Amino acid sequence: MTETVLEARNIVKRYGHVTAIAGADFDLRGGEVLAVIGDNGAGKSSLIKVLSGDVIPDAGEVLLEGKVANFRSPHDAQLAGIETVYQDLAMAPALDIATNLFLGREIKRKGLLGTLLRMLDVKEMRKQSQRQLDDLGITTLQSITQPVDSLSGGQRQTVAVARAAAFGRKVVIMDEPTAALGVRETTSVLNLIKRITETGIPVVLISHDIPSVFEVADRIHIHRLGKRAAVVRPQDHSMNDVVGIMTGALAPPPLRNDTL
Amino acid sequence: MAESAEAMGEEGLGIAETSGTRMATVADHIFRNPVLGPLGALAVAVVAFSLFTDNFLSLDNASLILQQSVVVGTLALGQTVIILTGGIDLANGAIMVLGTLIVAKMASESAGSQIGALLIGVILCGFLGLISGLLVAKLGLPSFIVTLGMLTILQATSRLYTKETVLVGDGPLTLLSKGGYFLGQFKVTFGVVLVLVSVGVLHFALTRTAWGRHVYAVGDSPVAAKRTGINVHRVLISVYILAGVLYGLAAWQAFGRSPATSPNGFPTANLDTITAVVIGGTSLFGGRGTVVGSYLGALIVLVLQSGLTQAGIDPLFQNIVTGILVISAVALDTVTRKRAR
Repeated sequence: MTETVLEARNIVKRYGHVTAIAGADFDLRGGEVLAVIGDNGAGKSSLIKVLSGDVIPDAGEVLLEGKVANFRSPHDAQLAGIETVYQDLAMAPALDIATNLFLGREIKRKGLLGTLLRMLDVKEMRKQSQRQLDDLGITTLQSITQPVDSLSGGQRQTVAVARAAAFGRKVVIMDEPTAALGVRETTSVLNLIKRITETGIPVVLISHDIPSVFEVADRIHIHRLGKRAAVVRPQDHSMNDVVGIMTGALAPPPLRNDTL
Repeated sequence: MAESAEAMGEEGLGIAETSGTRMATVADHIFRNPVLGPLGALAVAVVAFSLFTDNFLSLDNASLILQQSVVVGTLALGQTVIILTGGIDLANGAIMVLGTLIVAKMASESAGSQIGALLIGVILCGFLGLISGLLVAKLGLPSFIVTLGMLTILQATSRLYTKETVLVGDGPLTLLSKGGYFLGQFKVTFGVVLVLVSVGVLHFALTRTAWGRHVYAVGDSPVAAKRTGINVHRVLISVYILAGVLYGLAAWQAFGRSPATSPNGFPTANLDTITAVVIGGTSLFGGRGTVVGSYLGALIVLVLQSGLTQAGIDPLFQNIVTGILVISAVALDTVTRKRAR
C-alpha cells in the first residue's frame, strides 16, 4: 500500500494521576480515510490533540512523512500542513464565509499597501473562496459574503471542512464532523470527506457515528484504555465486532501487516 | 455634517456590494450595513428639530454641534475598538484628563515646547492603554474590572498631581479648538477635521486590513481566533494601546474647550462614550460594529441636546431621551443576535 504520511510512536500523556495516553501508536497513509473510534475516556481526543499540536506529549514522537515533527502549538501543525476541523468549528459567526475561510491567513495586497498597511485583497480572497467551494462541489451556500451565523449547522460544517481542505496540504483531521447533523447533511459531509481524499490528502475522522465510519473509512483505528487496541478494515468486520473491540467485550484481532 | 456621514455610509455599502454572486437583495444590504441605523436616526432627529424649532437649523448651530463632538467623538473611537474585542473601557476619560494635566503643566512650566509636551502626553496615554491591555490579555482579567481600577487610580493621581485648573497659552495646544476654516458663518475647526480624519483612518484599518479582521474575530469568537492562528494577545494589546493614543488625541482636542484642564473635568466621559458607541450600533458583546456608527452616535446625543434645548424643554428630559435611546439600541442588538443564531 501507499506510504505512511503521519505517524505517532509510543505517545504518553499524563494529567496528574490520570494517564490519558498510555503508549499509543498511530499511523495514517496517503489518500486514505482513517477513522479513529473509541469509548468516551479512551483517550482518542488526547491523541488527536497531540497530532494537531494542541497537546504536547510527555513521551513519544510524531513523524510527518518520516521526519520527526514534534509540534509545540496548533500553529506549528498548521504550518506543517495539518489542518483540524474542531467540533466547535472555530469560526467567527459575525464574519462572512470568505473571511472565515481566510481567517488568520488573509491574502494581502501586493506592494507597500500589503506589507506596510497589511491591507487585504478582498477580491482575491473571495475569488479563491468561491473556487475552493466549487472544487469541492459545494453548492448549498448561497453567497460567500453571507455571515456564518446565517448558515445552518450543516452549512457551517461544510465551510469548516472547506477551510481545512484548502489549507491542509498534508493531512486533514476532523473531530466528530457529523455529531450535530441530520441524515442529509451527514451524507453531504461524508461526500466531502471522499472528495478530499480523491485529491490525495488523507483524512483522520474521529467519530462515534459507526455507520458513517463504515461508509467512508478505509481503515478503522480502535482506541481503548489509552492506546491503539486494533486497526481493522470495515470489509473484514461487522459493526458489532468493532463495537465489541471498542468496549472490551471482544478480544482485539492481532495487528496484521496489511492493516497496519 | 450629514453629507460627510452619508459618504461614509456609502463606502460601507460598497464593501458589501462586491459580493461574488450578487444574490443578496437590497433589503439584505440595508440589514447588513450597520451604519444605516444610526445615520437614519441622526437624519430623523435633524429633520424633526429643523421643522419644530426656529433656531436649530442654522450654520452656527451645525458648526457648534460639530465642535462639541470632537472630544467625546475621539474618545468614543477608542471605546469602540475595545468594545469590538468584547471589552469595555471605564478609564478613558480619566486617562485623557491625566493626559491634559500633564501636557498643560509641562507646557506652562517650560514655555515654547508645547509640541514636545503634547507628544509626551500622547505617548503617556498610549502607555496607560498598554497597562490595561497587558492585564486584560496576559492575565485574562475582565476589562471592566481592570479599567474600573484604572479609573479610580488615575482620578486620584490627577488630583494628587494638581488640585486646580491649569491654563495654557495659545499655541499648538489650542490650535485644534481655535484654528480652522471659515466658510462664511460655518466654522470648521482643525479639531473637527482631525476627528473626521481619525474616523476615516480607523474605519479603513478596521475594514480593509488584516489587523481589523483580527480585531473583529477576537471579539466575535476568541477561541476561533486562537485556533485559526491569530495571536489574540497581540491583537488585544494593540487595541488598548491604540485606544490610549486616541485618548491622547482627545486630550489635545480638549485644550481651549470647556471644561478646561482640571482634574475634575469630564467625569462622565466613560459613560458618554459607551452611550455613543451603543447608539452607533456597536454590540456590547463584541465582534460587531463600526467607528463611523460611534461617531454618528456621539452626534445624535449632541443633536438631541441641542434640539431639545432649542425647543425649550427641560434639560433633564435630554437625559431621559438619551437613556431610552441606549436601551433601545441594546434591545435591537440583542434581538437581532438572537434571531441570527
